Amino acid sequence: MFKEILQSIDNVQIWPIISFCIFFNFFLVLSWWALTADKKYIDDMGQMPLRDGDGETPNSNL
Amino acid sequence: MELEKIHYDNKIVKYFIIATVVFGIVGMTVGLLAAIQLFYPIANFDLQYTSFGRIRPLHTNAVIFAFVGNAMFAGVYYSMQRLLKTRMFNDSLSWIHFWGWQLIILAAAITLPLGLSTSKEYAELEWPIDIAIALIWVVFGWNMIGTIIKRRERHMYVAIWFYIATFVTVAVLHIVNSFAMPVNFFKSYPFYAGVQDALVQWWYGHNAVAFFLTTPFLGMMYYFLPKAANRPVYSYRLSIIHFWSLIFIYIWAGPHHLLYTSLPDWVQSLGVVFSIMIIAPSWGGMLNGLLTLRGAWDRVREDAVLKFMVVAVTAYGMATLEGPLLSLKNVNAIAHFTDWIVAHVHVGGLGWNGFLIFGMLYWVVPRMWGTKLYSMKLANLHFWIGTLGIIFYAVPMYIAGVVQSLMWKEFNAEGFLVYPNFLETTTQILPMYMLRAIGGGLYLVGVFIMTYNLMKTAAAGTFIANEEAEVAPMVTAAHTEGHWHNALERKPILFTMLALVAILIGGAIEMVPTFLIKSNIPTIASVKPYTPLELHGRDIYVREGCVSCHSQMVRPFRSEVQRYDPTGAEYSKAGEFVYDHPFLWGSKRTGPDLHRQGGKYADSWHYRHMLTPGDVSNGSIMPAYPWLYEQVIDKEQTAKKISAMRTVGVPYAEEYENQAGADLEKQANGIAEGLKMEGYEVSSDAEIIALIAYLQRLGKDIKSEKVAVN
Repeated sequence: MFKEILQSIDNVQIWPIISFCIFFNFFLVLSWWALTADKKYIDDMGQMPLRDGDGETPNSNL
Repeated sequence: MELEKIHYDNKIVKYFIIATVVFGIVGMTVGLLAAIQLFYPIANFDLQYTSFGRIRPLHTNAVIFAFVGNAMFAGVYYSMQRLLKTRMFNDSLSWIHFWGWQLIILAAAITLPLGLSTSKEYAELEWPIDIAIALIWVVFGWNMIGTIIKRRERHMYVAIWFYIATFVTVAVLHIVNSFAMPVNFFKSYPFYAGVQDALVQWWYGHNAVAFFLTTPFLGMMYYFLPKAANRPVYSYRLSIIHFWSLIFIYIWAGPHHLLYTSLPDWVQSLGVVFSIMIIAPSWGGMLNGLLTLRGAWDRVREDAVLKFMVVAVTAYGMATLEGPLLSLKNVNAIAHFTDWIVAHVHVGGLGWNGFLIFGMLYWVVPRMWGTKLYSMKLANLHFWIGTLGIIFYAVPMYIAGVVQSLMWKEFNAEGFLVYPNFLETTTQILPMYMLRAIGGGLYLVGVFIMTYNLMKTAAAGTFIANEEAEVAPMVTAAHTEGHWHNALERKPILFTMLALVAILIGGAIEMVPTFLIKSNIPTIASVKPYTPLELHGRDIYVREGCVSCHSQMVRPFRSEVQRYDPTGAEYSKAGEFVYDHPFLWGSKRTGPDLHRQGGKYADSWHYRHMLTPGDVSNGSIMPAYPWLYEQVIDKEQTAKKISAMRTVGVPYAEEYENQAGADLEKQANGIAEGLKMEGYEVSSDAEIIALIAYLQRLGKDIKSEKVAVN
């Protein structure tokens, strides 16, 4: 059934290309953000596994 | 701010750990049996329940879903509570998840030896169990998302992202790949046929490796490795890029399992390109793991936990470099269908999954029992025996794979195959199979040592069922600051949806066109649906797991065409499989390809061969199938099978069900009479008759077209 539905869409082949472009750009933006993100935030996130809530190190919400 | 007292649920983790160890031992023992059967066929015991074709799926399912699966749940339940500073969302859901999963494993352990199998690799379980898996998986996801929502930590650590991706993707993979039309409670036919079934299956198979064996373990690596090393991950920035690029790219690469097959060329190329691209995120992740140990390498010398983790991450790096290389068409031409692939998956399975699990268990068990590890010496011994086991497993398999492949392809000066008898190439590598069993045995011995060590550790301590922790409540005020990705990490549902979209796009682009465009699968007019007797025979072929050792895919190489179809010179065409529900292309040739088997030998040859393979082919390692001569064809199912096949698109005429029984009898009597004339008395009801009918049909349709043209 979905065969007919998909066949009835005009220019169905353009959608994968658009999808790819969206995701490629998502990556560019993501990488740019990851590389320029606030150092404090990055350090804080990196420390997260080492804080078990057992009082060793303070919780980030404090 | 006032601290809140909460209790982490360790009991559920403990149960998953026990299940991990028990099923690890069971799954690996079954694997060892399968390894022994390959050089010592007597170990098939001439029993249908223990023959290789049924034991192999039992091994793969046990180690993947029971051993690795339970370990994944143990790791997720342990780390998630601590990373989100909360107990699991709902204890009842945790326990439904646990017992539901174990019941599924039990069902698999009963049905697979009984031969109730779909034959689709790592998705062999029949439809009622598939439904149970879907339900229990949803319980797991519900519990997980619930826990994330009630967290006390504003941001989700990268490990949690990997867990979310695992949940959504496995759900999608499992559901899409399991679409099937039931014939009865124990048997179904997949909705897809031939090329499409192959594409869906390997989209599933490839991504099961990605999202069942890789992403949850990367999440665990990002939690347990920093814990064990007591230092934060090398680069959190890198882990963000690692996550998104890995889940996006992985999903596209499935077709690399089907290179040189009848799959459309463009899909194959797409698979290759994305497979090469995966090296980047995989190695980014591996380096991130290894570099976490910067400045702590001295501790690796003493600490068995770190040793296991270092080898695990290294094995991950090796397997994820090897995988993309194997997906290059020129490498794949040599490696596919050989033991090279077996080596590759075991570097991943024994090295990455196994060793990360062992490292995690050695780290977590002493903490949960409030004590120290019973013996670091034994843990180190386990490490060395395990490592030796991996080497003894992998190296002989690499040698076996390359040697056999080169023998398959070797031509002499006159242009003939040097080893026209397939069996010659198998007997050549039997010593390697023996070494492999030793490797597997060593690895298993290591697991026994670990079990003893962990039990002693638990006995020396007191189990902390509810571990107390003091945490700050989550700040509920609206957060307007921060970047969009920070905001995303605070919105788990949206995050889950985005991860879902990322994986759906890759899957859809790969599959939709193949389903859609007619020209992708050129039809061949002479290819007709199977007769009722052949259909029964095909189902016996599926039941006995023949596909574990025999491919049905003659690749377009001169060496393969000459070996498998010297007279017709036809490689396998996509149009030949349009009525194959399921496809049976196989992924490994322990025996020869069977796609051009029809008419190659007399019925009596098959009759004798299935009864005593060693007598017909001297030195054969194929199991004997004596039960096929005693069991009768289940004719009650004939009409149901025809009608189920018609539902999934095979063009049997309306009302053919009423005619099918008579057609079956006629064809069966013909084969039985032919055998009788050659001196083999057998009832026309015997299952072997149906199997012979099927084997004699294989690959013949395309030849009848030629006859018609001539």
